[in-house]
Amino acid sequence: MKDLLDDECSVIVQDLTVAYKEKPVLWDIDLKIPKGVLLAIVGPNGAGKTTLLRSIMGLIKPAAGNVSIFGQSIKKQKNTIGYMPQRGSVDWDFPTDALDVVMMGRYGHLGWFRRPTKADKKLALDALDRVGMLDFSDRQLNQLSGGQQQRVFLARALVQDADLYFMDEPFVGVDAVTEQAIIGLLKELRNQSKTVVVVHHDLQTLSDYFDWVSLLNVRQIAYGPVKDVLTNENLRTTYGGRRAFLMANQPFVD
Amino acid sequence: MGIEQLYIIILACIVAASCSLCGVYLILRRLALISDAISHSVLLGIVCAFFLVHDLNSPILILGATITGVFMVFLTELLISSKRLKKDASIGLVFPLFFSVSILLINLFAGDIHLDQDAVLLGEIAFTPFRLLSLWGLNLGPVSLWVMGGILLLNIGFVLGFYKELKLCTFDRGLAAMLGFFPTYIHYALMSLVSVTAVGAFESVGAILVVALMIVPPASAYLLSRRLSHMIGLSVLFGILSSLLGYFMAFYINVSIAGSMAVMTGVLFGFVFIFSPSQGVLIKFLRYHKQRLRFSANMLLIQLFDHEGTDTEKTENTFSNLVIHMKWSYRFANTVVAYALQHGFINRVDDYLSLTSLGREKARHVSVMDT
Repeated sequence: MKDLLDDECSVIVQDLTVAYKEKPVLWDIDLKIPKGVLLAIVGPNGAGKTTLLRSIMGLIKPAAGNVSIFGQSIKKQKNTIGYMPQRGSVDWDFPTDALDVVMMGRYGHLGWFRRPTKADKKLALDALDRVGMLDFSDRQLNQLSGGQQQRVFLARALVQDADLYFMDEPFVGVDAVTEQAIIGLLKELRNQSKTVVVVHHDLQTLSDYFDWVSLLNVRQIAYGPVKDVLTNENLRTTYGGRRAFLMANQPFVD
Repeated sequence: MGIEQLYIIILACIVAASCSLCGVYLILRRLALISDAISHSVLLGIVCAFFLVHDLNSPILILGATITGVFMVFLTELLISSKRLKKDASIGLVFPLFFSVSILLINLFAGDIHLDQDAVLLGEIAFTPFRLLSLWGLNLGPVSLWVMGGILLLNIGFVLGFYKELKLCTFDRGLAAMLGFFPTYIHYALMSLVSVTAVGAFESVGAILVVALMIVPPASAYLLSRRLSHMIGLSVLFGILSSLLGYFMAFYINVSIAGSMAVMTGVLFGFVFIFSPSQGVLIKFLRYHKQRLRFSANMLLIQLFDHEGTDTEKTENTFSNLVIHMKWSYRFANTVVAYALQHGFINRVDDYLSLTSLGREKARHVSVMDT
């Protein structure tokens, strides 16, 4: 793999270490994500995938290391970043409807005190339309199925109108149709030369869905284009002995 | 009605409205217990500030109380983040300490002043009209009306001004932090507001009943609302309604005004809980019975449909079979058969049941839908 120049990168992580109390969750991570790729962060449970995502976004303070986004610190780049949280990180019984949730994606552009305008509402409705949820815009959140809720949150990330998207396990708890719809939209974003970083679980779909992958297990095992990185040796290092089990079961897992 | 009574009613409404406004966010953030903790902790601030200035009417008391309220929240969160204790235990641990220390301080040093324990627990809204504010010889009405009015304005200003920010920080803290809305600052601002409101309401309704006013009206509104703005509006409405009803109840049966107000919040909640048109217990009960009947009728149709034209038809498609094989009670089988007859799905000749053409079509439709 040829070395990336800094200005070809959307995200540069240098020597990042994150620890909870004395236990390191991420050890000395170096990662360069080029612009315009669809990148998966993959690794076993407890590998620190969500922690890496949240540290890049500045939601967790690292013990050491540096993160830059488009060459600047995260604070200066908040409006170039779109975020889709993990399911369960929000209150699904909150008294609000789908449209209102999508509108929240506009709050960063609005800043303090300013109320959403008609233009923001139109953007939100367009985004709901793109994820196929326009007919559900006035539904309360807890009346939507898991897949529909994920689509609403994808729509919210879309209206953030960002250059760089972070998505934490967007495919958890959704059916095959929704999964295809979501990946279709993510590829569309990539084709508009936006960068999309996704925490992912499923090794089977990795090469179909993503261009780049970062293999993580507390340490950065490898990163780069999927076809270069997805070797048996790398996977064994990432997953340890459990990889043998995964391989043996592969034909039966759908 | 005398002017004093009118003062009391207006004050009660202002207290209820202020408590309901900040209470909405306590309910949504699952911090209901925090209101209890704050309302008890502010007493320590009031007592300490009183020893400092020796004046029960000084604004320093409100400041001191607010600071102890927020400090208590800070200590509680420190305990939670130590991960040694759960959230509820942490809350339950800190505030009784604050409260009991202040009770001891009152016992020891302030035995002869107005700061007595009954007033602390229950407040005395009936006395409030007699402390009047006068400036340059002008009578401007009760002091508490001015103080509480100011607190209400503060609440309205905060909830309206930070509407979008409060909503985002409450609903999705992660996104709020990422977009630079500082959810921690918003949290402490809200906690300060709850403390100020608790202090203001404290004098009128006491440390315990202020909890009822902060939690119950928003909880009732929560059952009825699908939007945050509706929840805020309804919650203020329920608060004001409780104080009006409470006042008149207290007046007619000659009991504590604050107590009656709190009882009324509970009565309104019970009413909403039972009669809410979307989530109410009553409507759910009715819906369940309707659904059960409809579902059982479909079961009956499918049973008749499956055995129609088979050897066992004469024994399977009978009323007695419903009781024996489907384990329905005699009475319930009667109800279901009556329902199916009434809708023209079946015919009945003595014990024998058969499908009408409409019933056959329905059975086919239902079984297709279900597979």
